[in-house]
Amino acid sequence: MHREAKLGLILLLTPFLLWLSLLIVIPHIDLLLVSLRERVGVGQYEISLGNYLTFFTEPLYIVTFLRTAVMSIFATILTLLIGFPVAYYIAKMAKGRTQSALFLLCLVPFWVSELVRTFGWMILLRETGIISNLLQSVGLASGPVEMLYNDAAIMVGLVYTSMLFMVVPLITTLESLSDEVVEAGYDLGGSGFSVLREIIIPHAMPGIVSGSIVVFMLCLGNYLTPTMLGGKESLWFTELIYSQFIVRFNWELGAAFGFLLLILSSVIVWGMLRLTGQSLEKTMG
Amino acid sequence: MIPTIPQPRLVTTAYKAYVALFFVFLALPLIVVAAFAFNDSQFPSLPWEGFTWNWFFGSERPMIGAFHERSILRAIGTSVFVAFCVSALSMVVGLSNAFLFNRYKFRGQSILYVFMLLPLVIPGIVLGISILVSSSRLANGLWDGFQWDVEALRPGLWLVILGQFSFITTIATLVIGARLQKFDKTLEEAALNLGAGRLTAIRTVTLPYLAPAMIGAFVVAFLMSFENFNTTLMLVGSDAPLTIAMFDRLKEGSTPLLNAVSLLLMLGSSLLALVMIAFQKKG
Repeated sequence: MHREAKLGLILLLTPFLLWLSLLIVIPHIDLLLVSLRERVGVGQYEISLGNYLTFFTEPLYIVTFLRTAVMSIFATILTLLIGFPVAYYIAKMAKGRTQSALFLLCLVPFWVSELVRTFGWMILLRETGIISNLLQSVGLASGPVEMLYNDAAIMVGLVYTSMLFMVVPLITTLESLSDEVVEAGYDLGGSGFSVLREIIIPHAMPGIVSGSIVVFMLCLGNYLTPTMLGGKESLWFTELIYSQFIVRFNWELGAAFGFLLLILSSVIVWGMLRLTGQSLEKTMG
Repeated sequence: MIPTIPQPRLVTTAYKAYVALFFVFLALPLIVVAAFAFNDSQFPSLPWEGFTWNWFFGSERPMIGAFHERSILRAIGTSVFVAFCVSALSMVVGLSNAFLFNRYKFRGQSILYVFMLLPLVIPGIVLGISILVSSSRLANGLWDGFQWDVEALRPGLWLVILGQFSFITTIATLVIGARLQKFDKTLEEAALNLGAGRLTAIRTVTLPYLAPAMIGAFVVAFLMSFENFNTTLMLVGSDAPLTIAMFDRLKEGSTPLLNAVSLLLMLGSSLLALVMIAFQKKG
C-alpha cells in the first residue's frame, strides 16, 4: 500500500512539475538571462546591466512605467468603490431569485471577449458615437464631441473590463456575513457608517484583497484597452514591451521591460498582502 | 444596511437606482455592439440607415457578411482548434493537480501550491514573451547543434496553445480542486471495502462525482482561451485566432461586419454558459 501511494504521488507530480518548470519557471529564467545581455556584435553577446540602464536613463520609459502603475492603482480603487455597493446589494439586500438573477447578469458581459467590450466603448465614445450624438440632440453640445483617445476613456475601459473580478469575490465574502452580526452592530448603537467600517469591511477584507490583486494585475498587463481607447500621448507600459519585441525586434530591452513589469506587479501584490495580513493561498486558492 | 433594519425611503430608493445604473453601465457597450450589426451602413455609428441582415448573410461587396468572409471563418476555426487543445490539456493536468494537492501530503507541498498559483499574478504579456524567448532559444539551440528546424517552437499555433495552457491550467486546477475538497472520502472507502481496487474506486466513485467540475473547467478554459488576447498576441504566427484577426481589422477601421461577428460571439458564449449552468445544476 505504501509503495502504491508513492507511485501515485510520482505519477501525479510528473505532469505538475513538467508544466511548472517548462512553461513557467524556465521561461522566466530565460527572460531574465536575455534581459541581462547586450549585443556587442553580430551574434555576440555580453552580460551587462545595459538594458536596465537604458530604462533608467530614458525619461519616456520611466514616465510610462510610473504612469501605468499609478493609473492601474487608481483604476483598482475606482473599481472597488463602484463595485462594492453593488456586490453588497446582491449579497445582502437582494433575496432568492432576484439575487441569483442579478448575480448572473453581472457575469454575462464577461463571457464575451475583451475586444468586443472595448469595441462597444469605441462606438459609444467616439466623435460620431452615441454619446456625442445624444449630447448634441439634447443641446448640451453644439458640435461632435470626441471622448475617445484620452486617459478618461482608458479609465472607463479598465474599470469596465475588470468589474467582474472585483464583484464576484466581494459577493462571495459578503454572503458569508450573517445578518445577525450586522443587526447586533446596530443594536449596540452603531450608526450605518460605523457598522460599515467596523463590521462589514473587515469581514469583506479577503474578498477586497483578492479582487484588488486580480484587477490590478489585469490593468497593469492590459494591452488592448490602452491601445484602442487611449490617444497617442497615453502610452501604456505593455505597448513598450510589444514594440520592442515585435516592431523593433530588440528582445534584450523588451525582456528587461517585461521583467520590470513583473517586479512591479509582484512588489505591489506582495505589499497589498502584507498590509492586510492576507496570504496568496488564502485569497486566491 | 440590511432589509430587516428600516431605512429612510429616500436612501433605499437611491441605492436601488445606483444598482440599476450600474447594470445599464454593464449592458450599454454590448447593446450598441449588437444593435449596429444590423445597421445598413459602412460604419458602425450613427446615423441609423435602416435594418439589414447583410452583415451576416451578405455575399457581395461592399457588404460581405460574417458567414461569407473567408478570413473570419478561418480565424474562428483556428480559435476553436486552439481552445479545444488548451481546454483538453488543462482539464487533464488540472485534474491531476487537484488530486496531487488534495490527496497527498509531502514535503514542500505548500511552496509548490504557491507556485501553482503564480500564473494568476503574472501579467499575460510577460508569460507570452517569456515563452517566446525560451522556445526560440531552444529552437536556435537545436538548429545550431543538430541542424534540426523545429517549426513548432517558432511563433505559431503550437506556441499559442502552450502559452494559454500555462495559465489556464491553474484555473482548471482551482475549479476541480474546489469540488474534490467537498468530496466525502468515506464513499471511496466504502468502495474499497466492497472489494474494489484503488483505481476502480476512483474511476467509478470519485470521477463521476467530479464530472460537473471537469466539464465546468473545460468550458471555462474554452472561453478563456477563445477570448485570450495578451498572451496570444506575443506568440501568434501567420494564422491568427479570432481575437487577433478582429484586432487587426479594428485597427484599420471598423465596419458593421465586426459587430456581426461580435454578436455571434456573444450568442456562442451565452450558449456555452447555459450548457455549463445546466451541468452544474445536475451535479
